[in-house]
Amino acid sequence: MKKLLTGNEAVAVGAYEAGIHYAAAYPGTPSTEILENIAPYKEEIIAEWAPNEKVALESALGASIAGARSLAAMKHVGLNVAADPFFTAGYTGVNGGFVLVVADDPGLHSSQNEQDNRYYARSAKVAMVEPSNSQEAKDMVKAAIKISEEFDTLVLFRMTTRICHSKSLVEVGEREEVSMKKYEKNLQKYYVAPAVAKQLHVNLEERLKKLEEFSNNTDLNYIEWNDKKIGIVSSGVAYQYAKEVFGKNASYLKLGFTYPLPMEKIKKFAEEVDTLYVVEELEPYLEDQIKAAGIDCIGKDKIPNIWELNSEIVATALLEEEKSIIDYDKSKVVNRPPTLCAGCPHRGFFYGLSKRKDVMITGDIGCYTLGGADPLGAMDTTICMGASISVGHGAKKVFDKYNKDMRVVSVIGDSTFFHTGINSLLDVVYNNSNTITCILDNRVTGMTGHQENPGTGYTLQGDVTKMANIPDIVKALGIEHVKTVNPLKLEDLNKAFDWAFELDEPSVIITRYPCALKKLSEFDKKEFEVPSGTFGVDEDKCIGCKMCVNTGCPAIQFVKEDKKAKIDPVQCVGCELCEQVCPVNAISKVGE
Amino acid sequence: MAETKSILLVGVGGQGTILASKILSTGLVEAGYDVKMSEIHGMAQRGGSVSTQVRYGDEVHSPVIGVGEADILVSFETMEALRWLDYLKPEGKAVVNDYQIGSAPILMGKADYPEGINEIIEEKVNANIIDAAKIAVELGNPKVMNIVLVGALVKAMNLTDIDWEDVIRNTVKKKFVDINIEALNKGMSAISLGGETSAI
Ligand SMILES: Cc1ncc(C[n+]2csc(CCOP(=O)(O)OP(=O)(O)O)c2C)c(N)n1
Ligand code: SF4
Ligand code: SF4
Repeated sequence: MKKLLTGNEAVAVGAYEAGIHYAAAYPGTPSTEILENIAPYKEEIIAEWAPNEKVALESALGASIAGARSLAAMKHVGLNVAADPFFTAGYTGVNGGFVLVVADDPGLHSSQNEQDNRYYARSAKVAMVEPSNSQEAKDMVKAAIKISEEFDTLVLFRMTTRICHSKSLVEVGEREEVSMKKYEKNLQKYYVAPAVAKQLHVNLEERLKKLEEFSNNTDLNYIEWNDKKIGIVSSGVAYQYAKEVFGKNASYLKLGFTYPLPMEKIKKFAEEVDTLYVVEELEPYLEDQIKAAGIDCIGKDKIPNIWELNSEIVATALLEEEKSIIDYDKSKVVNRPPTLCAGCPHRGFFYGLSKRKDVMITGDIGCYTLGGADPLGAMDTTICMGASISVGHGAKKVFDKYNKDMRVVSVIGDSTFFHTGINSLLDVVYNNSNTITCILDNRVTGMTGHQENPGTGYTLQGDVTKMANIPDIVKALGIEHVKTVNPLKLEDLNKAFDWAFELDEPSVIITRYPCALKKLSEFDKKEFEVPSGTFGVDEDKCIGCKMCVNTGCPAIQFVKEDKKAKIDPVQCVGCELCEQVCPVNAISKVGE
Repeated sequence: MAETKSILLVGVGGQGTILASKILSTGLVEAGYDVKMSEIHGMAQRGGSVSTQVRYGDEVHSPVIGVGEADILVSFETMEALRWLDYLKPEGKAVVNDYQIGSAPILMGKADYPEGINEIIEEKVNANIIDAAKIAVELGNPKVMNIVLVGALVKAMNLTDIDWEDVIRNTVKKKFVDINIEALNKGMSAISLGGETSAI
């Protein structure tokens, strides 16, 4: 039966059918749902959230070396974190098949950069496949596992947002039950000391030649002959855009196996067509290699290398037809940026922090990044996961050395702290910078859609596990001043800030209160009193000072005509924050 | 040959566009079409601008459309219709919910909710503006507003032959089936009333 599946769901089904035994990932849009959809195959597959991508990749490599079919998944920037084991895994090769799924985000729908990870396959010299719809996503997991075992290579499985999050029809099949391969100690393969690695590099080059031959022969790279005036080389979702635009008016060389490229096949295809277009999203990865092989083609001269493509962009670039579009004044439309939810515990924290003067606030990546946006505006930097603490450390060291009277507050989420914050905090202790690190523990990995993490007490597959204790970890790293507060109690929070700002040694403030959208666990229910009821503004008392509006709670509206604040009872979750900031006590609980 | 048609659903996070597009795509698959659907999700927070694209036909290639390519725009919120209007073909249709949700700058009093949006849309394209919220409240549950809009959409796209009631029965929780079916039917008649059907 055919099912309408997202690419991510299809990869999960593919993993099941391919007989995968072990899968690990760290969440990250647009890749998160891959492991979430593998998790239910509890009988057949061990599925885990790792604390970060490096750990996920290494664990999957370990499972592969032990003889299991393995999969790791991450978003594009996750591979930067995991790049070290990735390159060396290119040398070692595998025992059980190993597929590494990476999801790029052209268009930066929810990412901090727009890197094109296809270059990683080329740099690390590992095989790469690229699906162009959900059916291929499923089938290619199975193909990739075969390639991995046949050629003894890790296979990079490159997806993009529109493949991950688009649904198309998929024929679902049975699982191929395979037993684990035998584990054999093999120093010449897995003990990558320099002398071993030297030989492995030689082997790697030989493997690449075989893979290139495979690339020229595999059905994953196929030609569709139509009109030969135009020939199009394409891969991934860009192929769908090309087909949408040219239909039967062009011939296609559709590439599903994109490293090493099938240069012989491309040459033959090019010889048969009058004009060769290369249609690809982001960088000229295909085009540069094709041109370097001496083949004439047109690509990025016409098609943009920034942001995501669609059929309309491809048509405009290559057909040069004038298209009529509706012409109107769009400037009337007001932005609709994402905001912290009503009742979000981060709001209280940033409201308190925003009142402090002469501070540099180094932020990090998560829902709390929105603390840097209007109206809270309490963040100076956000770079990549874990960077808040180390960027803050470096800044504070030079502020102090060169007598700049600045405090530094580093702000990081719980999941991000486990990801790469811990090692940065060790640096704060080791090299002694007087920063204030705030760990916003909302009991969940919020931004990516509420995943468990080492601090929540549950695993991906729903088992109860040890709950990492952040205060203990922080103290074990050598931080001597640690306080935990509820960020929605402003008085307590401000006291904690006063305390930390007075210290001349590094300190950590942990805010501990669950995300407003988290489905509370049994542990949470025991620990926290959940807010209830809704709050309302007494119009007679309200003086229109906007203090509550400036918390940025989306349930509060400033009604210009009456110069009064108003609370939407449907959205209010009763967190009590606005009540605490109102200078005239106009806000109180109105409904249960 | 059924030519590929493109539907663009837009609104504000939390308005139920995801369930609406699920019902829509399930019905289209059951009717035998090739279907592709694309959604942008990623941020966990509610309240941002959201869009879903559903494309159907004999063979659908691209999962997404660009500017000037939608056959119909269904906006769950008034201002969002104006944000996405240029995605519509000039001869395309618009179904716009007469329902306003302020965005952050508006809530904070830093910007005003734009006036006269319905007029602009009606002037530029073949549009039906309906008060789905009112219909849903009359039915007894403001949340079924999204299904009212699905009803209007399937009517506007001449997809009424598909057994939508069956799709709803298989998609929503049992206790909500009846009200959702009613919402669907109300939505269908909402755009045939007042002699506006011929316009759409
Ligand atoms: C290297 C890397 N991996 C993954 C992501 C995706 N990502 C962005 S924020 C986030 C989680 C943040 O969780 P947490 O720190 O608990 O903060 P919250 O969102 O709950 O406030 C993740 C996984 C990323 N941006 N970079
Ligand atoms: S999802 Fe949770 S952490 Fe994220 S903004 Fe909403 S309440 Fe805050
Ligand atoms: S109590 Fe106030 S701040 Fe909290 S959710 Fe309700 S309106 Fe928003």
